[in-house]
Amino acid sequence: MVIYEFLINAISLGCLYALMALGLVIIYGILKMVNFAYGELIMFAGYMLYLVGSFTNLPWILVALAAVLGAVIVSYLTEIVAFRQVRTKSLTALLITSFAVSTLLQNAALLTISPRAKAVILPPIFSTTVSVFGLNIAMRHILTIGVSIAMFIGLTLLFRYTVLGIALRAAADNFRMTRMLGVPADLVISSAFILSGMIAGVCALFWIGRTASVTPTIGLGPLLIAFIATVIGGMSSLLGAAVGGFAYGLIFTMIGVLLPQVLLDYREAFMFLIVMLILIFRPEGLVRAKHTQERVG
Amino acid sequence: MLSVENLHVRYGAITALRGISLEVRQGELVALLGVNGAGKSTTLSAIAGTVKAVSGSIVFQGKSLVGKSPEAILRLGIAVVPEGRDIFASLTVEENLRLGAFSRHDRSEYRKDIQETFKLFPILQERFHQSGGTLSGGEQQQLAIARSLMAHPTLLMLDEPSLGLAPTLVTQIFSLIVTLRKRGSTILLVEQNVQRTLDVADRVYLLNTGKIELQGEPAQLKAEGAIKDVYLGKNK
Repeated sequence: MVIYEFLINAISLGCLYALMALGLVIIYGILKMVNFAYGELIMFAGYMLYLVGSFTNLPWILVALAAVLGAVIVSYLTEIVAFRQVRTKSLTALLITSFAVSTLLQNAALLTISPRAKAVILPPIFSTTVSVFGLNIAMRHILTIGVSIAMFIGLTLLFRYTVLGIALRAAADNFRMTRMLGVPADLVISSAFILSGMIAGVCALFWIGRTASVTPTIGLGPLLIAFIATVIGGMSSLLGAAVGGFAYGLIFTMIGVLLPQVLLDYREAFMFLIVMLILIFRPEGLVRAKHTQERVG
Repeated sequence: MLSVENLHVRYGAITALRGISLEVRQGELVALLGVNGAGKSTTLSAIAGTVKAVSGSIVFQGKSLVGKSPEAILRLGIAVVPEGRDIFASLTVEENLRLGAFSRHDRSEYRKDIQETFKLFPILQERFHQSGGTLSGGEQQQLAIARSLMAHPTLLMLDEPSLGLAPTLVTQIFSLIVTLRKRGSTILLVEQNVQRTLDVADRVYLLNTGKIELQGEPAQLKAEGAIKDVYLGKNK
């Protein structure tokens, strides 16, 4: 029985991490920039949960929607105000800008709210368990898995069947050529930031749902997870990011179970060890890019 | 239709174009010839908006193109098939073509254009659902040209379409260019294949180290033997 509960836990974490990684790689694919302000989108959504949840009487689903919407807006604003200005400069400039945006948002939270953790009110569904075939499963896990799968399906449909989605994939492949076909650069990049913000917002619900509190630095963990997940999965594709995230969640849960009690504090160190091993044997990530070479003939 | 005046382009310290002037009139097939590094591709890139001009003017149908973005220039009616084709390898042939039609919004016209594409490029119908990266070089070149035609450009610019193709495929590409020309397309062609280009072009500009060395009709240039001089350096 314990093994099934462990499995559910691992799948739930894997789904959440896969989603986190997707939000990061959508922007990386197009701008080739790791958006270090990605974690702050999750933080912002967390504070939205705290503020709207504590100071209004709205039903929680609306609070959650406000949080996701908040992350979308902040993501879009960072693009317009900061990234767009340096986009045509250098990749270094972009990277430094993303650090600046990250620091700025963190400090804004420190100054305007508090450096201390704020409790976030969550609906009872986050703490109840249900009994399925004699297994006690936390509703939180079922919710995480369900929402993640819905997001994966939605994103797949978007990327496969809409012109915007095809344009986003094309831009990740060859941005210059995409523009030469008449696809506006601003449209592509803004869409990527909006999607990334939306994913960050949804991740925030479940990430903060685990601890029920929010701090100015809460985004650091998700950023690191998403970054490592994309590295082990392969930076070149959305599928790679999702696979990497899922693998990360699975391995991390497994380490937690397998490590003896005394070593549990070093869980992260063991995680990095495994990541290094993966990279030694598959330096290009678990999912390799397809068809980057053109055939001659 | 397109008129370029005294165009200068620099890549950092290197001056790629030193005062290029050229003209393309409605319905013409104009070719830019020259050795590697002469500035042919740079000229196309400057017109397409992917490279910035230091000075000079580019006017297309009465509108200045200098400082415009590549996407804005496409919407004014100029499509480019870049050197190396730049098809999207991870996208299917269908998705490549769909993006080519990005600037058009009529769905029924899109379907008509796809049928038209199949007539002109039968191989693309066969490969419709395959990803672009699985196509051979010649097929990729056809896809790149078909993709740019989806936008119904008033001016089509082709950058070395015969590059890296087997001789029979080169023949095929050149006969395709002739077909497009007959259908009324205005074409600006960059090529290294001098003989074949002289056979199909209406007018030719010969570039050398960022300047126009010679210009005229193919028959006239052939007779003078002047092209050989530029290629072999006797001109200096």
